[in-house]
Amino acid sequence: MNSNDYIIEIKNISKSFGDKCILDDVSINVKKGEFVTILGPSGCGKTTMLRLLAGFGQADKGEIRINGEDITNVPPHQRPVNTVFQRYALFPHLDVYENIAFGLKLQKVPAEEIDKRVMKVLKMVSMTDYEDRDVESLSGGQQQRVAIARAIANQPKVLLLDEPLAALDLKMRKDMQIELKEMHRKLGITFIYVTHDQEEALTLSDTIIVMNEGKIQQIGTPTDIYNEPQNSFVADFIGESNILNGKMIKDRVVEFVGHEFECVDEGFGENVDVDVVVRPEDIYIMNRLEGAQFTGKVKSCTFKGVHYEMFVDTDKNYELMVQDYNAFEPDSEVGLLIRPADIQVMHKERTCNTFEGEIVDETHVRFLGETFECLQQEGFAAGDKVKVEVAFSKIDLIDHPEEGMLSGDVYFLLYKGDHYHLTIMTDDGDHIWVDTNDIWDKGDLVGINIAPQDIKIVK
Amino acid sequence: MKRFIAQCYIWLLLIVLYAPIVFIAIFSFTESKVLGNWTGFSTKLYQNLFTGDMQGTGSLMQAIENTLIIALIAAVVSTVLGSIAAIGIHNMRGKTKQAITFMNNIPMLNPDIITGVSLFLLFVFLHISQGYATVVLAHITFCTPYVVLNVLPRLTQMNPNIYEAALDLGATPFQALRKVLLPLLKPGMISGFILAFTMSLDDFAVTFFTRGTIGLDTLSTYIYTDARKGGLTPELRPLITLMFVGILILLIVINIRKIRNSDNEAE
Amino acid sequence: MTKRSSWALPYAIFLVLFVALPLILIIFYAFQDGSGNFTLGNFTKFFTDADAIGTFALSLEVAIENTLICILLGYPAAWILANKKLNRSAVTIVLFIMPMWINALMRTLATAELFHMLGIQLGKGTLLVGMVYDYLPFMIYPIYNILNKMDKSYSEAAADLGATPWQVFWKVQVPLSMPGVISGVMMVFMPTVSTFAISEFLTNNKIKLFGTIIQENINSSMWNYGAALSLVMLVIIGITSLLQDNKKEDVSGGIV
Repeated sequence: MNSNDYIIEIKNISKSFGDKCILDDVSINVKKGEFVTILGPSGCGKTTMLRLLAGFGQADKGEIRINGEDITNVPPHQRPVNTVFQRYALFPHLDVYENIAFGLKLQKVPAEEIDKRVMKVLKMVSMTDYEDRDVESLSGGQQQRVAIARAIANQPKVLLLDEPLAALDLKMRKDMQIELKEMHRKLGITFIYVTHDQEEALTLSDTIIVMNEGKIQQIGTPTDIYNEPQNSFVADFIGESNILNGKMIKDRVVEFVGHEFECVDEGFGENVDVDVVVRPEDIYIMNRLEGAQFTGKVKSCTFKGVHYEMFVDTDKNYELMVQDYNAFEPDSEVGLLIRPADIQVMHKERTCNTFEGEIVDETHVRFLGETFECLQQEGFAAGDKVKVEVAFSKIDLIDHPEEGMLSGDVYFLLYKGDHYHLTIMTDDGDHIWVDTNDIWDKGDLVGINIAPQDIKIVK
Repeated sequence: MKRFIAQCYIWLLLIVLYAPIVFIAIFSFTESKVLGNWTGFSTKLYQNLFTGDMQGTGSLMQAIENTLIIALIAAVVSTVLGSIAAIGIHNMRGKTKQAITFMNNIPMLNPDIITGVSLFLLFVFLHISQGYATVVLAHITFCTPYVVLNVLPRLTQMNPNIYEAALDLGATPFQALRKVLLPLLKPGMISGFILAFTMSLDDFAVTFFTRGTIGLDTLSTYIYTDARKGGLTPELRPLITLMFVGILILLIVINIRKIRNSDNEAE
Repeated sequence: MTKRSSWALPYAIFLVLFVALPLILIIFYAFQDGSGNFTLGNFTKFFTDADAIGTFALSLEVAIENTLICILLGYPAAWILANKKLNRSAVTIVLFIMPMWINALMRTLATAELFHMLGIQLGKGTLLVGMVYDYLPFMIYPIYNILNKMDKSYSEAAADLGATPWQVFWKVQVPLSMPGVISGVMMVFMPTVSTFAISEFLTNNKIKLFGTIIQENINSSMWNYGAALSLVMLVIIGITSLLQDNKKEDVSGGIV
């Protein structure tokens, strides 16, 4: 594709605040007229990305082009983009009309023209007759409409929207989603939309960019992202899913929840550890046990409006979430079946913790800013740079942060059917991945210990 | 019943609290030089005050004029200095911000006498001869923190994206400042100005230490010298009365409106 | 946006020059004799002068007494003012705030004249009463402010959990209003301990307070001794301000 078809080209952008890397080598291309959503949890870098596009801040590295023109160093007021801010940022000392006319007056647009355009955008956001109102007397939804009107009055090439619906209630949010989509169609300009709400992203977007920890996890259409998540983060973040440890036995055969299944994936190699994703609506549940691939016992069953959501303990002691239009009584024995095409196999991002370390002496190694005791090592001299490997399940988490060698907090957690896979962010900002059967909550403060025999040192 | 006792207590306190001022006000309507000696109703003291026709105490008018001019200059300068500083402080982070807010608090926490003595020593140390200019500088020193304290909350309460929104809509940084930031800071700047103005009007100790020996008098120092001489200039009585009534009206108007507003919000 | 922080630079320089440097000069002069040599003489002079120590003790005593009386009189008043059931009128609140806005010397002078006319002998008694007159509003206002802003649901929750009105008052309202009391103490204690003109008016110069001694020394060109005395007072102020939390309640703002 000719690069001129892209209205926005973001090339290898990196940005740090202090030691914290917010954006790590991000590249995005956006086609003219597209509705692109940047989706991710808070702190993933999505808002920073949007602010760099608007010009509020400078990237440390990389280049941003709009319409083929390098705007990396252009100040915000000279960029052909306008922003709808998260909490509207309407000017409280100006009324609705003056807010919308603000940008036009600065451009010295003639008064009649301003009048015409203000009325036009007010009509577009269904706020005709509100032009003389004080902005603080408007409801949240109305303020949101004025904020959108103000941004589009300037006729930008690209409209940036920073979680514009986050402050609205559910019903209003749903209505505004439909209106935004309609507005996008009518205006024909490019929308870059930032949100943490996966449902909103699926509803609105032509393209979704899933971000986490400053990196792009996946770019694709809503259907692609939902049906073929590329890693366990995306699978967990978009929709409900069962994410399980598995093993690719050979092409088209994968083992998980203690059984072998036929699947459609190839090229992983033989006996390779993988992550397996199965959406809860893709698991067939039935009263017959014969003909089932495996069996289980219903643990709980909740009505969710259209379907029932059940948690099933399988014959090999895994817990799966299953959705079905029929209810199955708790404690009833059920048969379960998964079709090959509904099994999504993904490469594991990592199979154990790997840290950069340095040998201190024969029984001590330094990594993550601490000196740990380890088993007697041979063939290493003090000061040697080494790799330190620690299995996910060999990291001890304790309630009292001050009693650990290291302390940190639970940053992300994933239920894998029979255990939890946690991402711990240490106080220094490093990540440690932990498999545990204990129940932790996101944000819990933890102490971290590693036993000497569990530290494996590699050259 | 409970309400009655409560109201009695409140009004009793108020009566006792206001007795001296009421007493001064009553005796402002008689000509007697000695307080407490009623020689019949007269508005002569008021006339004297306005015509400046007083035996040997013409400097009272001069003192009033000085007080007002010093308060005005100090309030204007500290409003400008303090508002600019507040914008700067708002955009600071970490240790520098802590350091400057700490220093900003010092003149408010320090008793007047310490501020006065320390500034006196500064002017002595720098060999600056003391007079009008040093008094004004000293007043700016203790007034500006109040402006900063009134403007800063406006900035923190402001939607952090407001300024960026202006830039986003095509305003240059200067336009964004003039058309968005300043109008939003105005209420804080006005209350800062009023506070600075009254702080300056009220000041005695700082002026006392920084006015030097050129015979510069503000109302406070005039009263002080006057009272130490023994007899209180009779014309001070109508002056106190007028200032009292003026402030009373001003405060009642401002506060009743404010309290109404906040009550409405509460409902 | 970060460039904006430089806007504070002129004020930062101003603060260093007119706040920090003058305070350093107090220390500088306090440890010097008349000809500029280092000495502890100013302090030994103070600590061995029974008169000066006596005045110092009296100042502290008066300030503490005044502060206590202001709390005893002011807390109930503030509580009543903040209670919508007991006080519906905004005028009373304004009346209590107003004296803060009137020149303190004028108020003191009026008070002294009143004592004079009533034939009351000026002395320690009139000094205390006059001080309470002057500073009571400064105690009432911050306490009223915090009580007024206090979420009513704390009291309701306590009552709901079985507290009697008396218990609600002592166990919920009083502890929660402590920051206001502390602000009040700061606003009353500090000026009282350092006052000079007010005490002269109220006692007809019969009783000297610490502030008066500082003023007399500075005015008679004994800067070094005056600076040393100021430093002693600064220490007292420093100790008192430790009372206050870092999170200061908004006390001075909001009067307008």
